[in-house]
Amino acid sequence: MTKVHHHEFDVVIVGAGGAGMRAAIEAGPHARTAVITKLFPTRSHTGAAQGGMAAALANVEEDSWEWHTFDTVKGGDYLVDQDAAEILAKESVQAVIDLENMGLPFNRTPDGKIDQRRFGGHTRDHGKAPVRRSCYAADRTGHMILQTLYQTCVKLGIEFFNEFYVLDMIMTEVDGQEVPAAVVAYDLATGEIHIVRGKSIVYATGGFGKIFKTTSNAHTLTGDGIGIIWRKGLPLEDMEFYQFHPTGLAGLGILLSEAARGEGGILRNASGERFMERYAPTIKDLAPRDMVARAMANEVREGRGAGPNKDYVLLDLTHLEPAVIDAKLPDITEFARTYLGVEPYTEPVPVFPTAHYAMGGIPTNIKAEVLRDNDTVVPGLYAAGECACVSVHGANRLGTNSLLDINVFGKRAGMYAVEYAKTAKLPPLPDNAEAGVIALLDKVRNSKGDEKVAVLRKELQDTMDANAQVYRTEESLNEALNKISELRARYEKISIQDHGQRFNTDLLEAVELGFLLDLAEVLAYASRERRESRGGHFREDYLERNDDKFMVHSMLYREGEPTGEIGAGIRVDWKPVVITNYQPMERKY
Amino acid sequence: MSDVKEIAEIPSFTVKLSIRRFDPEKSEEASWQEYEVEMHATDRVLDALHKIKWEQDGSLTFRRSCAHGVCGSDAVRINGRNRLACKTLIKDLDINSTITVEPIKGLPVEKDLIVDMNPFYQAYKDINPFLVANDKPEKERLQSPEDRARYDDTTKCILCAACTTSCPVFWTDGQYFGPAAIVNAHRFIFDSRDEEADVRLDILNDKEGVWRCRTTFNCTEACPRGIEVTKAIAEVKQAILRGRP
Repeated sequence: MTKVHHHEFDVVIVGAGGAGMRAAIEAGPHARTAVITKLFPTRSHTGAAQGGMAAALANVEEDSWEWHTFDTVKGGDYLVDQDAAEILAKESVQAVIDLENMGLPFNRTPDGKIDQRRFGGHTRDHGKAPVRRSCYAADRTGHMILQTLYQTCVKLGIEFFNEFYVLDMIMTEVDGQEVPAAVVAYDLATGEIHIVRGKSIVYATGGFGKIFKTTSNAHTLTGDGIGIIWRKGLPLEDMEFYQFHPTGLAGLGILLSEAARGEGGILRNASGERFMERYAPTIKDLAPRDMVARAMANEVREGRGAGPNKDYVLLDLTHLEPAVIDAKLPDITEFARTYLGVEPYTEPVPVFPTAHYAMGGIPTNIKAEVLRDNDTVVPGLYAAGECACVSVHGANRLGTNSLLDINVFGKRAGMYAVEYAKTAKLPPLPDNAEAGVIALLDKVRNSKGDEKVAVLRKELQDTMDANAQVYRTEESLNEALNKISELRARYEKISIQDHGQRFNTDLLEAVELGFLLDLAEVLAYASRERRESRGGHFREDYLERNDDKFMVHSMLYREGEPTGEIGAGIRVDWKPVVITNYQPMERKY
Repeated sequence: MSDVKEIAEIPSFTVKLSIRRFDPEKSEEASWQEYEVEMHATDRVLDALHKIKWEQDGSLTFRRSCAHGVCGSDAVRINGRNRLACKTLIKDLDINSTITVEPIKGLPVEKDLIVDMNPFYQAYKDINPFLVANDKPEKERLQSPEDRARYDDTTKCILCAACTTSCPVFWTDGQYFGPAAIVNAHRFIFDSRDEEADVRLDILNDKEGVWRCRTTFNCTEACPRGIEVTKAIAEVKQAILRGRP
C-alpha cells in the first residue's frame, strides 16, 4: 500500500520558478503558504533566461509605458488583450524596483542607476527606432531573478516541498460551484503520495518545450501543470501560438540571447549578407522573434544557409569589442565555445530557430484567476507565468516580456490568492483523493508491453519538429495528429524497468510523456483550426492574417477520452480579444 | 569573415563508461557497472547517461534539467573530478580508457548518482543568503558600476555543490560550511547595499567557518561557472581580520 500524507495550507503554489516564487513572496507574509516543485527552486528554467526584463524606467533615454504597451500589442500581432498589456507595461517599473530592492544585482549606468539595453520589437514612439528598455544583469538576468526570489523566500521562511511532482488536482463542489480542493503530489525521494489542501491554488508550472526535438527548454519542461488543468476538463487558450527563438545553437537548440543582437550582433547568410535588411528594413535584426525565425528558415529553404549542409545561418559578433562581449554577453559566448567549439571574438556562430516559449496556456483574467470558459472564473484557482495565458503575448511574445510577465502576474496571483483565502473556507476533501494518482502510477508500473518511453518521446518530438514548427500546413498538422494518435495507442503498451519506490525517474519520465502527448495534440489541433497566419503561427496554405475570421483567441476544450480518431475529444471555441486603444494594423518593422 | 567550422560530419565511436551504482532497496553495497554506448565527439557526458537510461537500463538514476550548465542539477564526479555532466564533452575526455562517473563526495548517496543535498542547502541558509537593507527607497538603490563589479564573480553561483564536494576539508568534516556557502556569503558581504556584513563575517569566523579552508584550490578548479572560489574565501578571511568588507 502506498503511504498517503495530508497537509493543509491557505495558499498552495505549484512550481518554484519566477512566477511561483514571486507569488510566494506576496502570499507568504499574509497566509500559510506552501510551494511544491518537481525540482529544487534554483534549478527552475527561469534561471536560463538571459537577456533582460522590459520596463520603461527611462533611465538612459526617453520611454513610456504607453510605447511599451503598443510594442507588446503590435509584437503579439494584435492578438494581445490590451487591458492586460497595459497592466504589464504600467506595473513593470515597480516590478523592477521590487527586484532591485530585494537585492538583484542589475548592471548599472555610470551614475549608478539600473542600466538598460535594446531588444527586439521594443521601440520609441510607436516603431520609430529601437529603444533601450531591457533591464539586465549581464546575460544571466533570469539566473539573477531566480536567485534573488529564492533568497527572498529563504528570508521570509517560505515552506517548500522540493522534488515533489504534482500529478493531479482534486475538484469539489462548494455552493454549487466547482472549486479546487487540493493537489496530489508524488514525492520523488520516497515514492509516497502527499495530498496538499489549500483555499487557493496557484499554478506556476512553466512551459512544455519538450514536445519538440530542437528546444531551448529543460528536460523537465513537460507541461505537467497545464496537462492537469486540461485533464480536469478546463480549457486551454491559444495553444497554436508557440515561439521559436531565432538564435538557438545550430543542431543543439541551446539559447543564445537576443541580447547578442541588442548589443549589435548581426545575422548573416552563407554569402555574408545581412539578410534581415530585406525582411525588416527599419529595425532589421531587432525585428520580433517570429519574423526573424521565419526569415532565417526562409534563407535556409532558398539555399542561402551556411555550413556543409546549408542548414543554418550565422550570428556575427566579430565586430564587437571583446571587452564588450565579456562584460555583457559572457555566458552565451561561453556556450558557443563549449558546445560548438566556436570562438565568437573571431568566428560567426552557427544558429537556427529553437522551440522556446508557449504564448498560450491556462486562460486567466488580469487578476490571474483561471477561467472555465470565456468569462467564468474558477473560484480559488490561479495561474501565472508561461503556463498561463492572460494574454499579454498574443500571437508572439517580445523578448524581455516573459521575465516581466512572471514578476507582474506572479505578484498578482499571490496577492489575489491571499485575498481569496482570507474569506474562503478550506474546501472539503472528497474521499479517495489519492485514487487518481495511484491509478495513473499503477497503470505505468504494471504495463507489460514492449514499447519504450524514450522511443515514443523521440518520435513525438520528431513529428512536431517536422510538422508543427515555423512552417505549418493543413497536411502537416494532420500528419502530426495522425502520428500522435498512433503514439497514444503505443503508449498503452509501454513498460518501464525501474520498479523501485525511491527516486524512480524511470516511472516519472513515463508519466511526463503522457502529458507531452496531450499537449502536443492540443497544439497541433489548435494550429490546424486556425486557418490564417498570425505572429508565431504561420500557415503556408493561409499566408495572410485574417482579422475578419480570426481576430479571436482559440479556446480548446477536452470533451472526453481520446479515441484514436484525429482530434476526437477536442473542441475548439473562440474568445474575443480585448481592444482598448490600438486597432489592428498591418505589422511592418 | 573567417571560415565556419564544419559541424555536420562528426565522427562517432564506442565509449566505455563505468558508473557507480547504489540502490538501498536492492543492496546495502554500492558497485561499479560498465556500459558501452555509441557517442559523437561533441556529445556531452549527460547525453551518454541518457543514452544508457533510455536504451539499456532505465533504472540508472541521476538528476538533470537544463542540460547546458545553468541549473546546477547534474554535478557528478567524472574521472575523479567534479564537473557538470551537461558541460563535459566526450571529446574532452580520454575516450581510449573507461570514463568513470560517480556521485559527488561528502554528501550521503541516495541512489546511484543522486545525493542528499539537504546538508549543503542548510549551510547555504546558515549564512543568511539575502540582502539586508533597512532603508525603503522609492526607486532603485544606486550602486556604482565599480561597486557592482566588486561582487560580480560570486553572483554566478548555481548551487550545484561541485566546489563544496571537491573540498578535502568538507570530506572529513561535514560540519564545515564549505566553499559554496562562503561564496554566497561573499556575494552579500561585498554588496555595497547590504547592511549585515558584520553578522555574516561573525558567522564565518566560527570554528567551522572560513579558517577551515586549507587553500587547496580544488573548489576553484571544480566550479563550472569559473568563479574564483578560493580567492573569494581569502577575501572573506581578510575582511574578518579587518573587521569590515
